[in-house]
Amino acid sequence: MKSTLFKIIAAIFLLVAGVFLGKSFFSSPEVTTVPMPSTIKYRNVGLSRDTTQVAQSKAFNGKIIEVKDGTSIQKAVKTANSGDLIRVFPGTYSENVYIDKDDISLQGVVINGEWPTLDGKKEINDAFLYSGNGILIENFKIINYKGNGIMGQAGNNFVIRNNWIIDTGVYGIFPQYGKNGLIEHNVLSVIADAAIYVGMCDNVDVLHNEVFDSVAGIEIENSRHCLVENNYVHDNTGGLLAFITPGLPIKTTFDIIFRNNFVVNNNHENFGAPGSTVSSIPAGTGVLIMAADDVIVENNIITGNNNTGITIVDLATGDPKANDPNSEGNPDRVVILDNIMYNNGNEPTGEIKAIMLTQMDSKGPDIFAYGGGTGSTIRDKNKYRTFGIEDYGPAQIMDTQHIPTMMTPAPVPDRSVSKDQLGELTYYGVCAGCHAFGSRLIGPPTEILQAIHSGNPQGIVDYINNPKNLREDYPEMPPQDYLSDEAKMAVAEYILALKE
Amino acid sequence: MQYDSPNNVGVGGLQTGLPKIRDGFSPQQIDLGRYLFFDPVLSGNKTISCASCHDPNKGFSDGLPTSIGNDGHKLKRAAPSLWNVGYLRKLFWDGRASSLEEQMQGPLFSKEEMNNTRVNLLNTLNSIEEYQQLFVEAFPNRVEDSAIQLDEIYTSIAAFQASLVSLNSKYDRYAHGYHQALNEQEIEGMNVFRSFVARCAECHTPPLFTNQQFAVIGTPEPDGLPLDSGAEVPFQDKTLRGAFKVPSLRNIEKTAPYMHSGKFKTLRETVQFYTDGRGHAVPEDENLIIHWHIWEPELSDYELDRLVDFLKTLTDETFIPKIPENLPSGLKPSV
Repeated sequence: MKSTLFKIIAAIFLLVAGVFLGKSFFSSPEVTTVPMPSTIKYRNVGLSRDTTQVAQSKAFNGKIIEVKDGTSIQKAVKTANSGDLIRVFPGTYSENVYIDKDDISLQGVVINGEWPTLDGKKEINDAFLYSGNGILIENFKIINYKGNGIMGQAGNNFVIRNNWIIDTGVYGIFPQYGKNGLIEHNVLSVIADAAIYVGMCDNVDVLHNEVFDSVAGIEIENSRHCLVENNYVHDNTGGLLAFITPGLPIKTTFDIIFRNNFVVNNNHENFGAPGSTVSSIPAGTGVLIMAADDVIVENNIITGNNNTGITIVDLATGDPKANDPNSEGNPDRVVILDNIMYNNGNEPTGEIKAIMLTQMDSKGPDIFAYGGGTGSTIRDKNKYRTFGIEDYGPAQIMDTQHIPTMMTPAPVPDRSVSKDQLGELTYYGVCAGCHAFGSRLIGPPTEILQAIHSGNPQGIVDYINNPKNLREDYPEMPPQDYLSDEAKMAVAEYILALKE
Repeated sequence: MQYDSPNNVGVGGLQTGLPKIRDGFSPQQIDLGRYLFFDPVLSGNKTISCASCHDPNKGFSDGLPTSIGNDGHKLKRAAPSLWNVGYLRKLFWDGRASSLEEQMQGPLFSKEEMNNTRVNLLNTLNSIEEYQQLFVEAFPNRVEDSAIQLDEIYTSIAAFQASLVSLNSKYDRYAHGYHQALNEQEIEGMNVFRSFVARCAECHTPPLFTNQQFAVIGTPEPDGLPLDSGAEVPFQDKTLRGAFKVPSLRNIEKTAPYMHSGKFKTLRETVQFYTDGRGHAVPEDENLIIHWHIWEPELSDYELDRLVDFLKTLTDETFIPKIPENLPSGLKPSV
């Protein structure tokens, strides 16, 4: 009897000691610095609120190419020129469509509920791959691919909208290295990594999408100037994510707004591939901010996420395995404005569960912050159940109404190469392999070309397009007709103006 | 190239601009660098030149799994290609040098490699009249009658290395809009290459076909060699154990065998490695942090063959330098 009592007393003592130790080890250090005002001054505010157009460099001015069931979208892309619109009618298209041209629009035509459907049959890697500027992809149903639904590599000024994407492998919609884009009104589900993944991009709006049954809902990674608004993000492992993945060539994530989203019941079992960053996201994560700076969380409805509503961590905590001295790992200047949050943290897991137990709490909090980071602020802090935000000061802004979009007011221009530079680049890149001033290489010396075509650049252009073997003692020049018309004329003028 | 690279790091898609290259060298410096590069007088016993391991006819590598240095010494790593090296910000497989000038002092003065000393190198070059003359022409602003300086030697060799540009392959013609430059099979290979299933382009990112980062991919060492700890050593970072710099794939067809210690003889064997399972070749007692892009892509034999087809479209040796017939030292160029 006595020993039982002793055991109970000992147990209580241990518990109290544990709680004390837990509080001292796991609570954030008190930071007495005055919160830094947000220093975001690099935004572009351009388009008015009543349009969802992306600024494009050219108006639609091409021909319309129609694709019917039983034919191929890729064949149409091959014949298309910049400015053309490819309309795809209902039917099943099992193919990989790649677009390495600029200003091509692909538009599905939905008739009587029948969609043009790209079906990868779990055999084909990607439905759409694009590298061109000014690409539009809309109104497609995309299912059963192994890699991506839609993946962009470095195309600027893109629009991806109204697509219905199910089980397309690693990502649903994945623009990478793009600037100025719009992703809106897409419905995506059953994606093994992120349904919508904005990777190493700038100036992208992600609006009005529904993403569910995926590992990550919407992920903004190593990107800047992104607005994620009015999305319905439910039943994923993690809902909205803004983070830095170390080891990528572009090292920062900042200036992100999560606004007016529903982030609900993101409790799906994690089925991410082993080794992937998202595979370590605990189920029940509503919003995750890892190492990203200047993230504003405003007017979202964040409910029913069983681990936490919002998790804010540094890289050392969130992704301790990777190390990149060039990626600054602290989430700085996070701003939490008005949000509706309740019913989060019902079944916390892993470290968050352990840490909350040290606080005598069996539930996960609405807001959980852990690790480094300075200058973060919050509006009406007392409203939420929180952990680790003792050092968050009062928010210095009320809302972000003055920012209707993060897209750029004018299209991202092509790389500016002046006519002189174009001529010079073409001459040294193409012509100089065989022609030189004052000496015979494979072709005649440059001064001979000048003598033949003096004052007549068009003569050189014609010859580039259609060379004739004029000289017995020289081999025939291969046609260089793949050069653009501008490049041909620029190089012709450059050759004629060239002095030794 | 059609559009700027995001954040000016020189990575992206088909038409993205390049990162900044080392430039500002004069033709005289480049040509002097060429003589130095091929001249075995730069080594301690005057038998090895830079070109001994970086042979222009072998893609500026040497065709060996790992290179042979001074006195037949077998080195630990393969000689990396020098094509487009002027664009790279980290040099050596483990990235321990940050400039060409810093890098070249490694092999020049390593006992196992060229086995020279700074003093001996200066004495040697300053005793050759023709080199004295060439340095005067290459560095016209120096004080009259001054002796050849180490930094002038480094600058000249760097000038030559930075001139080794390869950006006019079949692939580049495709990228610039001439889509007939690649055949159907090569285009299929390109699409496998950039797909998120194979993920090659995630690290071997155009236009240089490297993102210039470090990655632990867990390739096997040749028989009998212990695991190479790679970038762990210079960066003193355990998470980089087994990490190497992502190499460019330009002219990759020319530089067999492949990987840091030449384990794979062919491109086909090399691409096969990536589909044989995440970490399948990591020794049992090692716990490497394998890069997240190494996964189980389950590529078919057909896809692997197409990948090889595509890799061969990255070949362009238009600017291959001429090996000098005679050297200022009077020695025979060593390749």
